[in-house]
Amino acid sequence: MKHLVSIKDLNIDSAISLLASSQELALVNQRQVKKLPTLRGKTVVNLFYENSTRTRISFEIAAKRLSADVINFDASTSSLSKGESLKDTALTLEALGADVIVMRHPMSGAAQRLASSDWIRGSVINAGDGSHEHPTQALLDALTMQQRLDLGSNFKGLKVLIVGDILHSRVARSNIFLLKLLGAEVSVAGPETLVPIEISKLGVTVHHDFDQALADQPNVVMMLRVQAERMSKDLFPSASSYVKFWSLGGHRLAGLGPEVVIMHPGPMNRGFEISAEAADDPRSAVLQQVTNGLAVRMAVLQTTLSGGN
Amino acid sequence: MPIILKNLTLADGSRSDIRIEGDTIVEMGTISGSGIDCDSLIGLPGFVDPHTHLREPGFEASETVLSGSRAAAAGGYTAVCAMANTLPVADTAEIVDAVLDAGAEAGYCQVQPIGAVTNDLAGKQLSEISQMHQSRANVKMFSDDGICVSDPALMQEALAQVKVFGGVIAQHAQDPERTQGAQMNAGALAIELGLTGWPRLAEEDIIARDALLAEQTGARLHICHLTTAGGVEVVRWAKQRGITITAEVTPHHLLLTEELVRSYDPVYKVNPPLRTDADTKALIAGVLDGTIDVLGTDHAPHSAEKKEAEWGHAAFGMLGLETAASILHQVLAGTGSLTWQLFEQLISSRPAALTGLSDHGQLAVGRKANITVFNPHEDLAASTISQSLSSNNPYAGMVFKGRVQHTLYNGIFTVRDQKLQELK
Repeated sequence: MKHLVSIKDLNIDSAISLLASSQELALVNQRQVKKLPTLRGKTVVNLFYENSTRTRISFEIAAKRLSADVINFDASTSSLSKGESLKDTALTLEALGADVIVMRHPMSGAAQRLASSDWIRGSVINAGDGSHEHPTQALLDALTMQQRLDLGSNFKGLKVLIVGDILHSRVARSNIFLLKLLGAEVSVAGPETLVPIEISKLGVTVHHDFDQALADQPNVVMMLRVQAERMSKDLFPSASSYVKFWSLGGHRLAGLGPEVVIMHPGPMNRGFEISAEAADDPRSAVLQQVTNGLAVRMAVLQTTLSGGN
Repeated sequence: MPIILKNLTLADGSRSDIRIEGDTIVEMGTISGSGIDCDSLIGLPGFVDPHTHLREPGFEASETVLSGSRAAAAGGYTAVCAMANTLPVADTAEIVDAVLDAGAEAGYCQVQPIGAVTNDLAGKQLSEISQMHQSRANVKMFSDDGICVSDPALMQEALAQVKVFGGVIAQHAQDPERTQGAQMNAGALAIELGLTGWPRLAEEDIIARDALLAEQTGARLHICHLTTAGGVEVVRWAKQRGITITAEVTPHHLLLTEELVRSYDPVYKVNPPLRTDADTKALIAGVLDGTIDVLGTDHAPHSAEKKEAEWGHAAFGMLGLETAASILHQVLAGTGSLTWQLFEQLISSRPAALTGLSDHGQLAVGRKANITVFNPHEDLAASTISQSLSSNNPYAGMVFKGRVQHTLYNGIFTVRDQKLQELK
């Protein structure tokens, strides 16, 4: 596996194997000395066209724990803001000897464009492209589900409900693709404007009523962040109506079974799509997700750079 | 030296020789004496493209009138209509005359300028439509192509103005409100790929609206690059109603589908977008039943940096002139309903009538020798096309059945034995 651009780059064996490597590497993160020599001498560039402190830091720490040299190439402080093309940036990074480019980009398909170009020889890891995919997020979510629900490599029968702005969410897409690949059942819920019915063609059940969706008794409820920039576009009537119909809290939180896992990719809007009580509930796996992000990104870096898996 | 083309098969299936003296066809039928043997080749009136982007003035890194004319000749065209979205925009008599002159200077085909409908394509105020019509370029077709004339009052006024001299408005049917940021055909694949969708309705209801405006004004309306099954139905309805409407389809919308967008390769990024297999089938049905009148290439060259980018940053458009006839031949042959008469109508006689290019579109004694000889027996590897300054060719790797053997423009070979001729 040279690149990780999309969950579709994986088959079930490579996905399970990545999750197993991640589980092993998670142990490293619990040791006194949290460092392995695996990527010594390798250069990892975090190329971020979109601000994301959390994801960038996660990739940075992951690379450093594997002893790689890490460079952060930030759009706001570089030639990128002077209008340099992706091609020229890529050629520059190639000339500087980048072995891996971890890219976050506001445009769907940007990572695939870079990976399929002849501008670079190194690997591309997609850290989120527009509304398309965020594959490491889906992997860390799957790892969290495995740990919480003791799934091993068997996701069959697992029911996952994803709630919110599915249409614009790369987290939702990558989760849908990965969970379907692993054999889980996925349903999605949200207002019609954010969850158009065509989404069912991705192989998911569509709900336009949160309570009905919860009545199917999902094992995992994944809440998506509502992006503030969507608020102005008439996609839902008001913040208060969104909270009423689509927030996880109150009676919905109370109605969840004791084994249900609450997830959120962060950053959370407490009091909006998720109540403070739900976020801090023992059933919430939000911080475990963050921790698992490190292990998954270490595994992905190691796998792409070794060309194995 | 007169030119004699021997043993041509004409579109109606008859056999004929053609003798050309100067720029004129002087004799047809069986002609004594030797000539260029065209046995088993098809003799057609020179091809006419109602929809070309030549990029000059303003974007000469992408294409010039000369390079675009050479690409046109290589594709069997003897006339092309140059869209107005240049820099400056072709919205005055001076600019359309300059494009006309550049075409004559190049000499590879007739270059007929299309005038902008609105000043600077801004959609606010009508351009100098009458002056452009009365200029040497004698503009009869007007279009803001690339942008829709979305204001219905302005569209109605434009139709009323061209009605006076029998002109035509060529509409790029795209409701701007519902296609903000649109990147590809709306639907399940757009959702899967995370790209903003381009709803079919945003095309279809502009066609319906403008058909009613054409009915109201009695003016001629031409719909550029139809892409949807629903659009074909709307045009079919308008024609049944007696509205003076014509419709165009591009080679790429007949052949390619949105599945190609999965690659995120911007060579497949085009406005209007590639649609689905069901749409291409409906477009082909529309071609066969006469709902769609003409093939227009929408040849849209872009210099490399405009395509060597992320999908979202890349420019819309693809090359078309050099492959159009071969694709049309392949598509029609694929239906089992290929007739050379339909082929000729789609690529020559109807576009000539649509655009008022009276020196084209008909093979007859006394007419200008604008002739394309098509070879249906040899293949065209799309990767070998080479005349455009740009290389945004979506067909690389594809091979089409049939290719242009000779092109004669005003009695001069621009292509002979599949080779573009150097005129100067």
